[in-house]
Amino acid sequence: MKRSAERQFWMASALALLWLMPVYAIAVSALSPEADLLAWPKSWLPAALSWETLRFFVQVAGVWDAVINSAIVAALTMVFSIALGAPAGYSLARFHFKGQNLFRMLIVMTRAFPLAILSLPLVTRFISVGLYDTHLGVALVHTALALPFSILVSSSLFMGIPRELEEASWTLGCGKIRSFARIVLPLALPGLAATMIFAFVVSWNEVFAASVLTLNQRTLTAFLFASLEESPLHFRLAGGFFLTVPSLVFIFAVRKYLFSMWGISDK
Amino acid sequence: MKVGRSPEWVAYGLIAPSVVFLALLFLWPLTETALMAFREPGRGWTAVHLRKMIGDLNFTVSLKNTLLLVAAVVPVQLALALGMASLLDRIPRGRSVFLYIWTVSLGISDLAAGLAWLSILGDRGYFNTILHMAGIVDQPVNWLSYRHPLALFLCIFIAEVWRATAIVLVIVVAGWQLIPREYGEAAEVLGASPWQKFRRVTLPLLKPTVQSALILRTVLAFEVFAVVYALAGRDFPVLVGEAYNWQGAYQNTHVASAYALFILTISIAATFVYLKALRVRRETLS
Repeated sequence: MKRSAERQFWMASALALLWLMPVYAIAVSALSPEADLLAWPKSWLPAALSWETLRFFVQVAGVWDAVINSAIVAALTMVFSIALGAPAGYSLARFHFKGQNLFRMLIVMTRAFPLAILSLPLVTRFISVGLYDTHLGVALVHTALALPFSILVSSSLFMGIPRELEEASWTLGCGKIRSFARIVLPLALPGLAATMIFAFVVSWNEVFAASVLTLNQRTLTAFLFASLEESPLHFRLAGGFFLTVPSLVFIFAVRKYLFSMWGISDK
Repeated sequence: MKVGRSPEWVAYGLIAPSVVFLALLFLWPLTETALMAFREPGRGWTAVHLRKMIGDLNFTVSLKNTLLLVAAVVPVQLALALGMASLLDRIPRGRSVFLYIWTVSLGISDLAAGLAWLSILGDRGYFNTILHMAGIVDQPVNWLSYRHPLALFLCIFIAEVWRATAIVLVIVVAGWQLIPREYGEAAEVLGASPWQKFRRVTLPLLKPTVQSALILRTVLAFEVFAVVYALAGRDFPVLVGEAYNWQGAYQNTHVASAYALFILTISIAATFVYLKALRVRRETLS
């Protein structure tokens, strides 16, 4: 019995190493000078680490603007999805109302919606209302992607906060709004921050909508995607690494909420 | 039970903004896409765009590629996720570390994931170096080209399995935890082997979970796009890629919309197949 548990552990470790391989490969690639990147055959350990490739990447015309565009769009997405999602989550957690299940189903269904359907008709519409090629336009579509998650997470957050606490503060003469601000909000804050981070990552990572809805205000993903065909290998790999790092850091920060993100409760 | 004396309208008021927003950004574009695919300004209803899509050279190829990829990727991901979940269930320590590492790709953009695998599978990548060390190739070979269709398919397959197994794993692990431990212990007492325990106890109880994981993953797999482009460029056409080309390169939103609608249709069809094939009886839901 004990031996078999050890074996499971080694199997899991091997699988984990295998799983980290691509992350290692792209990190080493982005941190190697171009010559090492194109060397044949390749060495397993990086011969020399340098910022050269990454520095080259950020200095290419348009890259830095794209990074800033991505950050702005992601920040807007973050704000919208929490502003819309948290109240809805609170409502799902605290009230029983007709159509509640329908609303839940609607949210879950949106996750299975092809992104192409979402963004293609918006191109024409956005052009006519002046939202095409703007940060706001892309952020709206990204909010549509992130909102279902933020509703589900915040609903499970508020459910985790005992209703009795709130009720106690009412009996002590606290108004509904003040009791929410003083009791519920501070308790929910870390979780809400995680929700916002997740919305940020959803937006930061998204390729299709950002690509069809922008032309000059390219986000980093859209910029990279558009230049895949004509850009040199070290540029692409540095770009891939650059995209990956913030996501990894953020996801690490919110790993506790991994399960409620998908509308499932983790014990 | 109602909370305090809060009337129902407060609840509706709180969800109203997101309902309006989701309706605006989901239902309305859906209608618009359908209209776009079947109408032509000044000519009313027409099947021209649909015929143009089906008649397009890349349509059959991209449909075939997408379906093959889905058919290959999804079962492997489910098997892998089940295997990982059962490992997590039994390992003595480090559970959360493994869970984080195995779900690491959840936070990575599909474009970045494709590029990460490019650094391994590209002609100057680590994979060719392994082949070189094994004496199989002596010059770097570009496997990511239409000249090696099988190798190209396998490369994309591997990248997709790596990228998107995480979501299946998260769903499966969550479902696994809801199964009462007593069931497994009872099976052990009765002398069941670990495999029998998994096959006869865990798996049947996991059926609803497996069903939702399969539906979500399959639907998302039909949207495979950036990974393919990062690895294969235009050498491996897929459906969403064609929608993108018609929108961007050929400037024809009508045909692009027809593609989008087509993807939605096969997604819905797949969902129904799963719902029918894996019918979940009420009593198995705890």
